[in-house]
Amino acid sequence: MFGWTRASAIAEPAAGHPAAEAPAWPRATDAERRVATSDRRRSRGRVRTATGWLGLLIVLGFLVVAALADVLAPADPLVPVGPPLAPPSAAYRMGTDDLGRDLLSGLVYGVRTTVLVALLVGLIVLPLGVGVGAAAGARGGRLDDLLMRLSEFWQVLPRFFLAMMVIALFGPGLDRIVLVLALTSWVLLARVVRAEILSVRERQFVEAARALGCSELRILLRHMLPHALPATIVYFALLIAQVILVEASLGFLGLGDPNAISLGYLASQAQGFLRVAWWLWFFPGAALILVVIGLNLVADAINDSLPPRR
Amino acid sequence: MTGRYLAWRLLQVPLAVSGILLVSFLLIHLAPGDPVVALAGEHGDAAYYAEMRAKFGLDRSLAEQLGVFVANVARLDLGVSYVLGRPALDVVLERLPATLLLTGSALVVSTLIGIALGVVAASHAGRGPDVAINLAALTLLATPAFWLAQLALLALALHAGWFPIGGMTDPRSSATGLGAIADVARHLLLPMAVLAAGEVAAIARLTRIGLLDELRQDYVRTARAKGLPESRVLTRHALPLAMLPVLTVIGGRVGHLLSGAVLVEMVFGWPGIGRLLLSSVQARDIPVVLGIFLVVGLSVVFANVMTDLAYVRLDPRIRYR
Repeated sequence: MFGWTRASAIAEPAAGHPAAEAPAWPRATDAERRVATSDRRRSRGRVRTATGWLGLLIVLGFLVVAALADVLAPADPLVPVGPPLAPPSAAYRMGTDDLGRDLLSGLVYGVRTTVLVALLVGLIVLPLGVGVGAAAGARGGRLDDLLMRLSEFWQVLPRFFLAMMVIALFGPGLDRIVLVLALTSWVLLARVVRAEILSVRERQFVEAARALGCSELRILLRHMLPHALPATIVYFALLIAQVILVEASLGFLGLGDPNAISLGYLASQAQGFLRVAWWLWFFPGAALILVVIGLNLVADAINDSLPPRR
Repeated sequence: MTGRYLAWRLLQVPLAVSGILLVSFLLIHLAPGDPVVALAGEHGDAAYYAEMRAKFGLDRSLAEQLGVFVANVARLDLGVSYVLGRPALDVVLERLPATLLLTGSALVVSTLIGIALGVVAASHAGRGPDVAINLAALTLLATPAFWLAQLALLALALHAGWFPIGGMTDPRSSATGLGAIADVARHLLLPMAVLAAGEVAAIARLTRIGLLDELRQDYVRTARAKGLPESRVLTRHALPLAMLPVLTVIGGRVGHLLSGAVLVEMVFGWPGIGRLLLSSVQARDIPVVLGIFLVVGLSVVFANVMTDLAYVRLDPRIRYR
């Protein structure tokens, strides 16, 4: 639902990447190789720019905060530790909420929930999307038809509303949020992988591998998938960014997991105190913006390292 | 050929609609809780349960139940709202105009401003305005709608006092005619702007990329070579073609706007289906939730078909297969 603009830019089959397999013979000297290998070819799929590194740093930072939440949080996020609605100070770095609970601690645990949802969704989406997409791209046929029809349908299914309906029927909980987000996301990832595989299927190096007697599986895994990887990572990063925003939105509506503090839930607590406690509004949203921008920067950096399309 | 495309595209509508119906039916069926136990209480005897099951058709096969469900939806009968005791569809349709006003105006405004900013960015590619617009677009795309809504409410309504802090009309106002319209417009401005902001960013990026692509084409060089002023090359030659990708995503934007509307309606107290959906989800008022899901699903399908058809009309190069 949220990922359409950026996704549409990369969902088209790439017009052909420069062959990654440089001729093995005659052997070039190091100096020659340095001249011959264009910058673009060598950095293909890698993060090279300063903004890309910054994005990577932000994403890693969030992972660390999530992993070390118990150590990093100065207080129990559910227990009042100070005066209510205290502004940010040395004692309460991000202030306290209306019950005197430390916002920084809430934020740290909120980040943990965000990262948990993102990781779980990724854990489902990545194997499913890459597996089906690669199979459909390499084999074609009925599986390919089915995937394309499915993705057309999935594109019109309003994901956010589906999530709300699931919560209305099954009650709130992290497991169903993860399932809804994952099941509505993998198809479009599979489409990207499929397009990438299709773009290299008839290339010479694949033919060469076939002539050498490589098995279909080996060709797919060792020769074709590596080509699909950068574009997959780009789309995956954007997808996770959207997943984070949807999860936060559900939390903001009070439909997140009642047993987990989420950034969206923290932001919703600010609604009644907008005039008196700006910090309740500012910090949870700022954390969300930071991680989503981080993911976008990583995606942009990898996308820019890919050969231009058209 | 266009005729064939048209037929093929229209054939997809019933497919998509049945997909949406099937998903909703299965979800309702899989939901925990036995409706018979809910109706008859936990301590009824087996014979009574069986009788109730037969009465409501719950003893029939899943396929038969699906048939009944689809027939009911086709007759526009979604059941009665548990909370309000009125037909669920009536409840939804009552609230729909407010949401249509909000999302419709946001769609129009974001398209116009987004295209304008995209043109500015593309014509200054790599320089100050382009960098600024790109940076702003990236930030806006990363900003949760509710955060932006609260910021607008805090800064422009609560502190500056330029806008009303919520609702759709002033309850004290007894104005009619033009006065009433002005009143709604005043309340509409802020939520609409917040809802449009993210879309502006998306459209500006899309326009910029499309325009930069077109500006590399031969016909642009020809136009420049024959001495046309740059502004004319941009707006008359390149822009119409660059608009095509912007047009294709309108279908997707409708779904996006409607979900954004849920959040914006909540922050600004806008009386649309978003707020209705939230209260219905909280109250587990399934008929109303289902009604909104179907209305939103059908709107997105409809918007997608309309954009595709418009696309075929506008771009003579497109011929389906």
